Amino acid sequence: MKYLPLVWAGLWRKRLRTIFTLLSIVVAFLLFGMLQGVNSAFSNATANADLGRLVVSSKFAFTIALPVSYAERIKAVPGVTGVADQQWFGGYYQDQKNQVVSYAVHADSYLKLFPEFQIPKDQVEALLHTRTGAIVGVRLAKKYNWKIGDQIPLSSAIWIKKSDRTSNWTFDLVGIFDDPENNWRANTMLFNYDYFDEARSIGNGTVGWFIVGIDDPKKASKIGADIDALFVNSPNETHTQTEKEFGQAFLKQMGDINFIVGAIIGAVFFTLLFLTGNTMMQSVRERIPELAVLKTLGFSDDGIAALVIAESSVLCLTAAAIGLILASAIFPFLKDVLVISGLPAQVVAEGFAIAAGVAFVTALPPAFRARRLSIVDALAQR
Amino acid sequence: MVIVIGIAGVVAVLVSMLAMAVGFTKTVQGAGRADRVIVLRGGSGAELSSFLDRDAVTTIKDAPGIKHDAAGRPIASAEISVMVSLPKKGETTAANVALRGVGPQEFVLRPETKIIAGRTFQPALRELIVGRAAHDQFRGLDIGSHVDIRGTEWTVVGVFENGGDTHESELVADVETVQAAYRRDGFQSATVLIETPDSFNTLKDALTTNPTLSVDVLREPEYYAQQSKQLGKLLFFVSYVVGGIMAVGALFGALNTMYAAVSARGLEIATLRAIGFGATPVVISVLVEALALAAAGGFIGAGLAWVMFDGNVVSTLGGNFTQVVFALTVTPGLLLTGIIWACMVGILGGLFPAVRVARLPVAVALQAQ
Repeated sequence: MKYLPLVWAGLWRKRLRTIFTLLSIVVAFLLFGMLQGVNSAFSNATANADLGRLVVSSKFAFTIALPVSYAERIKAVPGVTGVADQQWFGGYYQDQKNQVVSYAVHADSYLKLFPEFQIPKDQVEALLHTRTGAIVGVRLAKKYNWKIGDQIPLSSAIWIKKSDRTSNWTFDLVGIFDDPENNWRANTMLFNYDYFDEARSIGNGTVGWFIVGIDDPKKASKIGADIDALFVNSPNETHTQTEKEFGQAFLKQMGDINFIVGAIIGAVFFTLLFLTGNTMMQSVRERIPELAVLKTLGFSDDGIAALVIAESSVLCLTAAAIGLILASAIFPFLKDVLVISGLPAQVVAEGFAIAAGVAFVTALPPAFRARRLSIVDALAQR
Repeated sequence: MVIVIGIAGVVAVLVSMLAMAVGFTKTVQGAGRADRVIVLRGGSGAELSSFLDRDAVTTIKDAPGIKHDAAGRPIASAEISVMVSLPKKGETTAANVALRGVGPQEFVLRPETKIIAGRTFQPALRELIVGRAAHDQFRGLDIGSHVDIRGTEWTVVGVFENGGDTHESELVADVETVQAAYRRDGFQSATVLIETPDSFNTLKDALTTNPTLSVDVLREPEYYAQQSKQLGKLLFFVSYVVGGIMAVGALFGALNTMYAAVSARGLEIATLRAIGFGATPVVISVLVEALALAAAGGFIGAGLAWVMFDGNVVSTLGGNFTQVVFALTVTPGLLLTGIIWACMVGILGGLFPAVRVARLPVAVALQAQ
């Protein structure tokens, strides 16, 4: 610690250069924090998935509906504690651009399977007793300024009503739920399947997919296989996976986000390594006589090398800290797009590890040079 | 050297990300032809959520403005697009690939579609042809191989290409056979050829004023522009944000190097000024030096992006929840954008050091040595 002022003085020797180097490292880590943060937000989108839940969808594609009657048969499989179904509504509010993530569900079984929903008991009761009732997440309610008691006109991109051949549906808002852990969920809407199924013109008696609660996550693959075996060779074969697999398979189709992010970060850090390395080299070259004086005063070879490495570490770690702080300051603005609203701690830890790595690698050649310095030559400026 | 490499990195990333955006937009929009019109159920937005029953399709085919072939039949194809799960090459999880059921006039309607290997499918048989992009990207689509679709076995009999638009990511088969396999009655969209591009309004008016129909009538270019708008915009936005942030980083690097360069040559520059060169030539010479370095970096970066990524094939989820295979496209415009960015960084990075050295009094500069 007592050498800290010395390190400081070394860094501040050329103030402008140090500041510029610092800033470019800050930029690199800002980029790192943002990209890696978004990346992990994508992979974490499925981390909220409950291991105790399976998703049963059609074997052929998740857009192919399954008969609602399958619920009873799935329920009879040993280890299954509950079955709920979900049908994608494809809703939008007023304009096609305002998409509303909305599902038709059997509310009682659904809410039992998803204890994450925070909603007052009386509002659940109201939903069960109001045929045209719907509940929405807090974020969604806030976005369109919906209040309990409102009649919400919602259009569907898929479902036409039998009665008037239009896709304009109306729901009565009876409750507002929250899920602080999951911003995405707080942006969704649920309504009663019975009302929806009776009114729609096609697809009656089917649901999009089932969610199955199981008693022991360890038995997930066994129970999944049992469920699929029930319907094998039927017209509607199923494919059962854990909630997490279901989400991941979906995200994976977005393309290899991981690879693209990795490639960009690689390019950024390669450039950065070069820049910092160059600065450290230069700064050591300029100070050769000074370093020789230090050696004359009794600093060991290793001590001088350590000094150079310490300088580079202070520079890189400070910059990384600033960059990551900036990135995490930006993150809250992205919370509407992403599921998580803060920079994950893991990314921060990775960032610092990389900063330490960069500091060490870039300081190595100049440190080596400083270590080998011969006092006489250096003082004579040879 | 630092300037060259730093800027090369920025430009390479910027150009390759923009290439992705351009490639995607081009692939999706390339499917459109001004004299082709797609009819969807009103408000559905994309084929996935659209539905047209048989009566509606008959009405649409009889509408005015549609071109007729030599035998007097309207050139139209009522289609369904369903999903098939196929693994990508080298991966185990399945991706959704679109299987398009088309009518008998497919090849009249889309003359750009050409069979490049094998033959076309025969109606009523479980045969399908695959787009070239789909064939290259997904496993098990070689001619003669079998594809399991809803428990029935289909044979791949041909490969087609159509100049690289989004349909090349699809499998194509006879619409009635696909309907039978998926136990569906009815269609999702109808695509028709119109007599002249101006017949569009005739057709649109006829269809939208028909009380038995509720449809959206769109020219293909409009439809595909709408399909690619969101993701295309996002890709462009991300490219510029990431590129911009990196450029700022490279700017600091350039400033550093140029400051170092001018301070190392302080004596020479002071001498030049002492023998009569004014401040302006000195500033310009430093600027030109920075610019030359930056431009070199720009060229290297753009070249790298071009060599490594041009034509690189990737795929993502398109508007119908099915895979769109597209190639990264590095256009001359993108290369130019990259080099312009490089030059801007170079000018800014050279300007401050140049001004500083020019403003330093000659005597001080000479003494400092």
